[in-house]
Amino acid sequence: MNRTIVVDDAPAPPGAGAFLQAPDARHLLGLEGLPGDALVDLLDSAARYRERLRTPRWVSDELRGIAICNAFFEDSTRTRVSFELAEQRLGAIHTTFTTSGSSLSKGESMLDTLKVLTAMHVDLVVVRHRSAGSSTFLARHLEAGVINAGDGEHEHPTQGLLDLLTLSDAWEGRFAGRRLAIIGDIAHSRVARSAIFGLTTLGAVVTIAGPATLVPAEAESLGCAVVGTVEEALRNADGAMALRLQRERMEGGLIASTGEYARVWGITRERVALMRPGAVVLHPGPMNRGVEIAAEVADGNESRVFRQVENGLAVRCAVLARCAQALTEES
Amino acid sequence: MNGATVIRNARHWRTGERLDLAFDRGVILASPLERAARVIDARGLVLAPGLVDLHVHLREPGQTSKETIERGTRAAAAGGFTAVACMPNTEPVLDSSAWIEWVRGRAEAAGYCRVHPIGAVTMGQKGEQLTEFSALKAAGAVALSDDGRPVMSAAVMRRALEHARLLGLPIVCHEEDLTLRGDGCMNEGRVATRLGLRGIPAAAESIMARRDVELAALTGGRTHLAHLSCAESLDALRDARERGLPVTGETCPHYWTLTEDAVIGYDTLAKMNPPLRTERDRLAVIEAIKDGTIDCLVTDHAPHTEEEKRQPFDQAPFGIVGLETALALTITHLVEPGHLTLERALERWTDAPRRVFGLPEVRLEAGYPADLVLIDAEAAWTVEPAAFHSKSRNTPFAGALLRGRALATICDGEITHLDATIEVEGAASRSARGSAARSVSVAAEH
Repeated sequence: MNRTIVVDDAPAPPGAGAFLQAPDARHLLGLEGLPGDALVDLLDSAARYRERLRTPRWVSDELRGIAICNAFFEDSTRTRVSFELAEQRLGAIHTTFTTSGSSLSKGESMLDTLKVLTAMHVDLVVVRHRSAGSSTFLARHLEAGVINAGDGEHEHPTQGLLDLLTLSDAWEGRFAGRRLAIIGDIAHSRVARSAIFGLTTLGAVVTIAGPATLVPAEAESLGCAVVGTVEEALRNADGAMALRLQRERMEGGLIASTGEYARVWGITRERVALMRPGAVVLHPGPMNRGVEIAAEVADGNESRVFRQVENGLAVRCAVLARCAQALTEES
Repeated sequence: MNGATVIRNARHWRTGERLDLAFDRGVILASPLERAARVIDARGLVLAPGLVDLHVHLREPGQTSKETIERGTRAAAAGGFTAVACMPNTEPVLDSSAWIEWVRGRAEAAGYCRVHPIGAVTMGQKGEQLTEFSALKAAGAVALSDDGRPVMSAAVMRRALEHARLLGLPIVCHEEDLTLRGDGCMNEGRVATRLGLRGIPAAAESIMARRDVELAALTGGRTHLAHLSCAESLDALRDARERGLPVTGETCPHYWTLTEDAVIGYDTLAKMNPPLRTERDRLAVIEAIKDGTIDCLVTDHAPHTEEEKRQPFDQAPFGIVGLETALALTITHLVEPGHLTLERALERWTDAPRRVFGLPEVRLEAGYPADLVLIDAEAAWTVEPAAFHSKSRNTPFAGALLRGRALATICDGEITHLDATIEVEGAASRSARGSAARSVSVAAEH
């Protein structure tokens, strides 16, 4: 089988694998520690699913008999819907529950809730929870496979994969030496962490920039470069990722105002022009137009935000298929 | 001689000389006896004054699913301790003389070591209205602390130090600026950034340590800086000493043995407050112990149930148990690598804490209390939390191979812990403390 994505002797990112145990294919807990081969396989698989999904009325029965529970302890629309559609397209038995953190605190712990659910013979749990490490925690305590749909400010691996797939399209499958600038609230972003881990594994160079208050301590240790201005980050980049700015960041003095933020860190048409020809702009959504990304950029030729959404569905099909296959092989 | 006990063939913890020591009715006698009701064969083990831990959480009243006075002091005895000072962050808070008396009463009835309660600085540990210091002292409080929570108002801490000074009570300061901690749950830095966990900067601790040093200068009140974990706080303490201020300080075994790397994998057993810091801080802690900046060593024994610790990292409570591993972590990680001699290390667990809180001195001489521990400094053993006497097992040291163990502990003349390998002749008459008779049979279990 021909691979559509080429890895050119990508060096392992510093500390890769040291923070997590050897990846177990039943789970997808994060992109950190996932070897380049595994990433490439997933992206290839996702690219194939994307083609099939473009066929009207395409459905498959490859996940027939696999029971999946989408456990959303934190609000989500697009990720939840994307997983649900992927599960339906692949013929899985699936159910979704959503709950805010507060209703859970009435008594039963998250672990008990999910133990109850897996006692109903659930094979895979797709979980979003506000605590970093919550999916790692569940993988340790549950029999089911665990897919991380966002754990606090840690990782969002299917988002990371859809970003990789989107960039792979733009970069013709070659990551080595390509440069992505990630702009904004890195400290609180699981999207940024997954992107950094995935891209550096594939040999791309990641540069981050944002207000000092929103760049985490010792951010370089993530394997990226840290620069002080958006211009410096974008200059000669092959792509830019704007991160969503949460409005509650104004409360603790992390930013002064959205206007101030937009002036200094917003991705505007002028700033986009600093990138290399053909460079693309990504945003995980939902967008604050006029804050982290100018409307004309969001709707411009460089924008890949809707392509990202399509890729998200394909990536989730690939991830579900991988985890289900690992479960089948095990049993 | 009626009721007396003799320990034969021990080795003096300071001089290293062979020592036979007798005691009766809780007091060390002038000369070893030919005949005694009980004879303990020490087989050349080190005999030292009983260890003292100025910082434990016994969780009574109110949190008995985590720990009780009985189980906590039993853990203390097993660890070689003959006295502990317990923190007031119980439910309710020890902010009245009635609760101080209650704790002392419980300890009299069920305890395996001396229990010195620490009273709260403010009512309900809310940091606002001061408690009645003189009443707390009269009831038996040996110090004051809002441990677990800082007194955030410098003005309130100033007044507290002024009142406490006249009573000669030290205030144990939990050094943490809550505004800087925010919702941090581990040390701010490389590991927190990678794990996506909110960080607590070292400055949250050192800024408060600096503040309290300045308040000690302003008031002259005895200030004891609790569980110091980072280099900058140690600098604050060092400055205070150079200025001759009435400031003392303590640290815990986890700060000289572990770093933030222990949190990798979201291990809630490595979650405590202050958090595990960097290698640079760990080395600074060892240096501060060596050069005497740190006065005494404490465990910050903080029991939590398995259910409480079995949660996502940010939701699990802070704290680990420590009483049953403290001596071994001291010998394995401070004495064996040559940072301290055994004598110097034991001083930090015996004479130093007694001096810091003004507790009665213990020497291996006539007339002093028979609070003693027999230590095998070479004994190698593996930490098995299931064998702990504490009600909780939340330790990051499970499975660690350590050296050094208390094989017998004697508190107020009663055997409160006895390893099965220690032979006691004529062990018939034991009465005094309600606990003593039970403890020997329990200790013999393993």
